[in-house]
Amino acid sequence: MELREVVKTSGLTKYYNSQCAVNHLSFDVKEGEIFGFLGPNGAGKTTTILMLLGLTYPSQGSASVLGMDPIKKAKEVKRVVGYLPENVGFYQDLNAIESLHYIADLNGIPKREADKKIKEVLEVVGLMDDAEKLVGNYSRGMKQRLGIAEVLIKDPKVMFLDEPTLGLDPEAAIKIIDLISQLNSERGITVLLSSHNLYQVQKMCTRVGIMIRGKMVALGTIDELAKQRFGIGDREYTLEEIYLHFFKEA
Amino acid sequence: MQDLLAIYRKELSDHFSSNRFVIIFGLIAMVSFITSYMAGINLRENIEGEKPTFIFLLLFSSPGAMLSMMQFVAFFGPLIGIVLGFDSINRERAHGTLIKIISQPIYRDAVINGKFLAGITTISIMLLSIILVITGFGLTILGIVPGSEEIIRIFIFFVISVFYISFWLALSILFSILFRNIATSALASIAAWIFLSFFISLGADVMADSLAPIDQKEGIRQETLIRHIRIKEIVSHFSPLVLYSDASSTIINPLRKTTRSLVFMGPVERLSASRFQNPLPVSQSLLVVYPHIVALIAISVICFAISYTVFMLQEIRV
Repeated sequence: MELREVVKTSGLTKYYNSQCAVNHLSFDVKEGEIFGFLGPNGAGKTTTILMLLGLTYPSQGSASVLGMDPIKKAKEVKRVVGYLPENVGFYQDLNAIESLHYIADLNGIPKREADKKIKEVLEVVGLMDDAEKLVGNYSRGMKQRLGIAEVLIKDPKVMFLDEPTLGLDPEAAIKIIDLISQLNSERGITVLLSSHNLYQVQKMCTRVGIMIRGKMVALGTIDELAKQRFGIGDREYTLEEIYLHFFKEA
Repeated sequence: MQDLLAIYRKELSDHFSSNRFVIIFGLIAMVSFITSYMAGINLRENIEGEKPTFIFLLLFSSPGAMLSMMQFVAFFGPLIGIVLGFDSINRERAHGTLIKIISQPIYRDAVINGKFLAGITTISIMLLSIILVITGFGLTILGIVPGSEEIIRIFIFFVISVFYISFWLALSILFSILFRNIATSALASIAAWIFLSFFISLGADVMADSLAPIDQKEGIRQETLIRHIRIKEIVSHFSPLVLYSDASSTIINPLRKTTRSLVFMGPVERLSASRFQNPLPVSQSLLVVYPHIVALIAISVICFAISYTVFMLQEIRV
């Protein structure tokens, strides 16, 4: 069976003034994948995600998400795509249930249905016991899990996660990683995630793309990239070695 | 529509549960009650025996202790608008919630429309409740029931006041879009308030003095005097405070027939002003300050339109 392309870009380019943030980017993410989006800070990963959501207009090129143009069908795209921004923020004076209610309200989910769904997603992310606490008192890991709950409430087909494990302690990070893998395998949600934690990416991602200074310098499974760079060696290369190799070259 | 309503409900509940709303509402309510209570007591003493018309409106326009209720709204009403709006967009930006909201399936303009509408609703509820309580006070202190014309005038005063405060709301929302820093937008709003309310009249004097100087020694020529006053008026009309106080005092006081100063009237107008002491009907009062009201509405709308455009064109990354 041919896998559907969930995200596809061709020649996607974004200039800020005269500076090129994203340079003729062409890649795709297939249905059911966990795609790891790697690259140093300022490589243009977030800009690319924003263009896929229709929040930033590309200077050139085009993108499509589930076959829809994110500029022309912004609302439809945002209905099926869940986005967890880097350092996601919350209203400090609301508790988890109230925050989720607001998001459900913005998604046009009727109140009664929302009540049911909120219970369900809180269960999934494991925040049921802290649901009544103010979000201002949450730890970073709990906030990140609440962020994922807010993404899940709209039953997304695709999730864009921007640095979901940034600044988390190892235990909290592992919880998030496990949660993402579980959502991917159980609900079939396609995931595009950007991260600096190469070890975690290697563990969970089906394919990776390495982006440096606005350009995608490598794209494929980790084995493919290793073969492409080092030939068939006598050992398995880690993603870290591959990444550093590409980084030195660029 | 659904998205607009969702944001509207959230903002409205935020306003009503926030501490600063409670503080500013308490302050404004307290001062309004005190001034109109004092005005009421004074009025009661003065109306012993005789019964002038439109006594009820004097509750709003006659100074009780220091300022009348109307002057008080003119001076400090802007604070309500500023308090409700100065951090509406940049607080969301600072907390990283704005990007989350606009990545939901909503149109971006729902955010700013919802915030503006919620602000206007809060202002209206606030003013209406204060006016109603003052009216209630008046009923018990004066023992007089307001006539239908007085009620209409009070209602028009309410509408003008809402527009006046909405202008300040729109201006402070604009600053909260333009400045990323909450403190900066608060200071900018306060600075604009002080400048437009208090310093423009000084500027008007300076402008008039330099463009049409009145020399006492040479004797004052009529033309120069008229030019001097005209310049002063034009410049001072840049202040929303002047527009508002002219408009509201003419609406509240039926005996006031023009917003212009006495010197500036033509001889016939002056004659008619001194001869005919009867109050104006509401429609005529409205006609006198029609330009003021239109200008007030226009500056609110323009201010909101600028905020809207800037917000729609801005790139939101956080």
